[in-house]
Amino acid sequence: MSAVSPDTPAMLTTADGAPLKVSFDRALRRSRLKALALVLPLFAFLLITFLVPIGDMLLRSVENQLVGNVLHRTVKALDHWDQGSGELPDEEAFAALVADFQEGRENRTIGRVGVRLNYESGGMSSLFRKTGRRAKRITEAPFREAMIKLDKRWGNLDVWRLIKRESDAYTASYYLSAVDMRFIADGSIARQDENRQIYVRLFGRTLWLSLVITVLCLLLGYPISYLMATLPVRTSNLLMIMVLLPFWTSLLVRTTCWIALLQQQGVINDLLVWVGIIGEDNRLAMIHNRTGTIIAMTHILLPFMVLPLYSVMKTIPPSYLRAARSLGANPFTAFVRVYMPNTVAGVGAGSILVFIIAIGYYITPALVGGTSGTLISNFIAHHMQVSLNWGLAAALGALLLAAVLALYVLYDKIVGIDNMKLG
Amino acid sequence: MQGKTLAIGLAAALAAGAAHAQTELVVVSWGGAYSASQQKAYHDPYMAANADIKILNDDSASEGLSKLRAMAEADNVTWDLVDMIASDAITACDEGLVLEIDFDNALAAAPDGTSATEDFGDMIVSECFIPQIVYSTTFGYRTDLVKTPPTTIADVFDLEKIPGKRSLEKKPLANIEWALLADGVALDDVYDVLSTPEGVDRAYAKLDTIKSDVVWWAKGAVPVQLLADGEVVIASAYNGRLFSGIEEEKQPIAMMWDWQWFDLDGWVVPKGGKNVDAVMKFLRFATDTQRLADQAKFISYGPARMSSAPLVGKHATLGIEMGPHMPTAPANATTMLPNNIEWWADHGDEMNERFNAWLARG
Amino acid sequence: MALPPYTSTLERIWFYTFRTICGLVFFFLIAPLVVIVPLSFNSVPYFTFTPEMLAFDPAGYSTRWYQDFFTNLNWQGAVKNSVIIAFFATILATALGTLAALGLSRAHMPFRTTVMGLLISPMIVPLIISAAGMYFFYSKVGLQGSYLGVILAHTALGTPFVVITVTATLVGFDHSLTRAAASLGSSPAHTFFKVIVPIILPGVISGALFAFVTSFDEVVVILFVASYEQRTIPWQMFSGIREQISPTILAVATILVCVSVMLLVATEMLRRRGERLRGLSPA
Repeated sequence: MSAVSPDTPAMLTTADGAPLKVSFDRALRRSRLKALALVLPLFAFLLITFLVPIGDMLLRSVENQLVGNVLHRTVKALDHWDQGSGELPDEEAFAALVADFQEGRENRTIGRVGVRLNYESGGMSSLFRKTGRRAKRITEAPFREAMIKLDKRWGNLDVWRLIKRESDAYTASYYLSAVDMRFIADGSIARQDENRQIYVRLFGRTLWLSLVITVLCLLLGYPISYLMATLPVRTSNLLMIMVLLPFWTSLLVRTTCWIALLQQQGVINDLLVWVGIIGEDNRLAMIHNRTGTIIAMTHILLPFMVLPLYSVMKTIPPSYLRAARSLGANPFTAFVRVYMPNTVAGVGAGSILVFIIAIGYYITPALVGGTSGTLISNFIAHHMQVSLNWGLAAALGALLLAAVLALYVLYDKIVGIDNMKLG
Repeated sequence: MQGKTLAIGLAAALAAGAAHAQTELVVVSWGGAYSASQQKAYHDPYMAANADIKILNDDSASEGLSKLRAMAEADNVTWDLVDMIASDAITACDEGLVLEIDFDNALAAAPDGTSATEDFGDMIVSECFIPQIVYSTTFGYRTDLVKTPPTTIADVFDLEKIPGKRSLEKKPLANIEWALLADGVALDDVYDVLSTPEGVDRAYAKLDTIKSDVVWWAKGAVPVQLLADGEVVIASAYNGRLFSGIEEEKQPIAMMWDWQWFDLDGWVVPKGGKNVDAVMKFLRFATDTQRLADQAKFISYGPARMSSAPLVGKHATLGIEMGPHMPTAPANATTMLPNNIEWWADHGDEMNERFNAWLARG
Repeated sequence: MALPPYTSTLERIWFYTFRTICGLVFFFLIAPLVVIVPLSFNSVPYFTFTPEMLAFDPAGYSTRWYQDFFTNLNWQGAVKNSVIIAFFATILATALGTLAALGLSRAHMPFRTTVMGLLISPMIVPLIISAAGMYFFYSKVGLQGSYLGVILAHTALGTPFVVITVTATLVGFDHSLTRAAASLGSSPAHTFFKVIVPIILPGVISGALFAFVTSFDEVVVILFVASYEQRTIPWQMFSGIREQISPTILAVATILVCVSVMLLVATEMLRRRGERLRGLSPA
């Protein structure tokens, strides 16, 4: 018989005798596990099909195994070479280079090293190709003289510095390229030549065009959302169909529509010529340039602005405006001072949503943007499919991803992802 | 008795099965009129003679090199034969993505016994690349929309003589050479000039003069379409596509051959393909003297074998003599600009970067 | 919002100006989709109205581009692939997404926000980046250029929509309902099918519709992950627009607009049914 002290209450137990707290904890843990078990299949699925691929891409933007793997003997021999000494590497390094070339030629990897180094310095590709073809003839020392005789560029310190620099397993050079910088021969970082600078400008243009499109969507979307929010439900539902129809229609269909409308021999130009506003010779160029991208993307993204705006506006009681009017505000003041502040959440949500989608857009600029209306995404695709500089594509992608994630965090702060609605 | 019937049934089933055991070859090419010409000249006759072979067309040649790399990386090569331009083929060969070809053993000799190596001659630019056609990128213009027909490359850059929009391919290749030629540089000096920074600046200064009037194209069919729609008055385009626009579609377009850009296109066999033997057999057939001459019945590209040239006849449906429409015809070939593959392999990245930056400056 | 009789002239002018502006915006939204319908019946291979068309001369119209669509093997293969890929991607996405939404809506879900963020990330990450990542990775593991690869990619892109729509139907779900069912002797399975399923069903179906449309419309990832064999309608349209613009594309576009009208009607009906079931709006 234990005495129950007044300040420790009797421990509550459940029917099976376990303390309530333990039992409660157990139930909670079970409930958590159940919740996790339900989420787990999708999480595992996305991990394999989506998250790992994205991570793999990010890794590719810094990965640089190729040079070190193929020229493994040379890289090892260069360990004790002082690149600041102003002297060429020793005979041992040249011997290693010849051996690497012979092996690389045999298994056809030396060409890829040339292509890789050519990103950093023009001419490497042909140097490696030429050397690869002839290296098998070099069989005996002195290797240094033989190589320099084969191509005098092997006597150039900068070539050796380049190999040494790019032999690390990881490199920052793709990121440098992505912001218009580069390593110069002595290993320091400098700006890219003026006439080869492109990506900073392109990021700037992408942000600027996205901003213009966002503002246009807001200007067009605000009045119709207001109209729909204030009309009777039956009428506004009808109008909503006009917003949802483009929303549900394939993006390519809408882009095709704009090609038909905007081209020089297209519907709008025909109409303008027919009405007599412009002459046959002065047809407007509205496609394959920035104008085309802006018009088509504004049309495509407008529903993403209207839907959140409308859902916010619908919750604002009309009595607010009436109250302001009855207190003496003129209609304009009442609208600006009373109504608009209430819609800020919707404006924020819609704008960020449109902006996020716009900066990552690829298809529409590719089809109607010409050269002045292309965005950063188009260059990512270009480096993946045409120039085959996958590391640079990955670096540009990583920068774009960082921008989008930052905006997404902002969106989460303003709207909360739980409140994301569709349709 | 029953056993016998069963055996006969089984044998019949097996025979039927064998008849259906076809080998499918995935051949990658450029689509459109060009793939159609290959279909008629190579694929159809080969399939007619070899019932066990089925040839499937994949039109992704424009992404050929990047997809080959992806396949090699995955070690899952699904293509059997790829049509490529020579410079890409050289890269693919250097990277070990495609097989080396033993020309004299793998390919048919000319009818007179000349070995394949000799018959292809200078066209063999890589040990992995089997040349198929010589094509050129040249100019087409609207006969009804230009007041004075252009005659030289300088006219392309002359906004006063030829006012209006023009279309050029969206890459520096050929365009910067044309810019220098139009600016008065002699052919022999072009690459010397281009190898200096001032020379490149000079080319871009020339391109700057027409930049705002250029519509850039990326796919072969587009410039002809732009000409047909009247969106541009003059455009660079592949000569075969221009031919079909002019002769087959009867568009009011004419050709201007000055400084046509000469290039090679041909076959490569991906390393690790699943039907290498079948493909090599097909290649032996598809690259023989007669077949290469046959292709020229459908599209105006020159056959890569010397022995095929005399066999080039009339267009299969239009009945016109194809010889004069070839890029190699003497009247067309007075001025030619051959692709300097070596120079572009070295400077390509640099030039593309600069070109893209120049374009983006908008 | 009828105009009361006491409004001033200025307000009247503004009222009509405002209505006109809104009219123009709606026109901007709809007109492009409408314009292509007559253009798709063009008898010549251009994207423009010919004089014959404007004169309503029957000779200016033809159905040849529709015939081309229905007979051309490239397009027919694309339609078949689109349907097959979208079908499997939808089933997978709906199953995985619904389960996850049920988990996310439970009261004791740990790391809820983070998990939610990760699960809907395929919707947030720009498509070109997803495409790049999948292209590199799927190439490595041999999924590039295979049906399985495309279906997995489209499933991943479709799941966020299912998660969001199903989670939305469970917002404000009264969990005492399941306890009530249990106390009345219903087994957990029985409770699930009789109580939970009817409530989440509209969300599941509209999520499935979204997943289907996502796959059916998707063009960026497919360009990289698929090869010619797996070409879908958007793949074919994209290469068509880049290569050679023929009005067949307009015919396809018109057909797709009709499909989206049907989808729109379907989702609208679902939404209303869902709201009615949850008592959010009067029946």
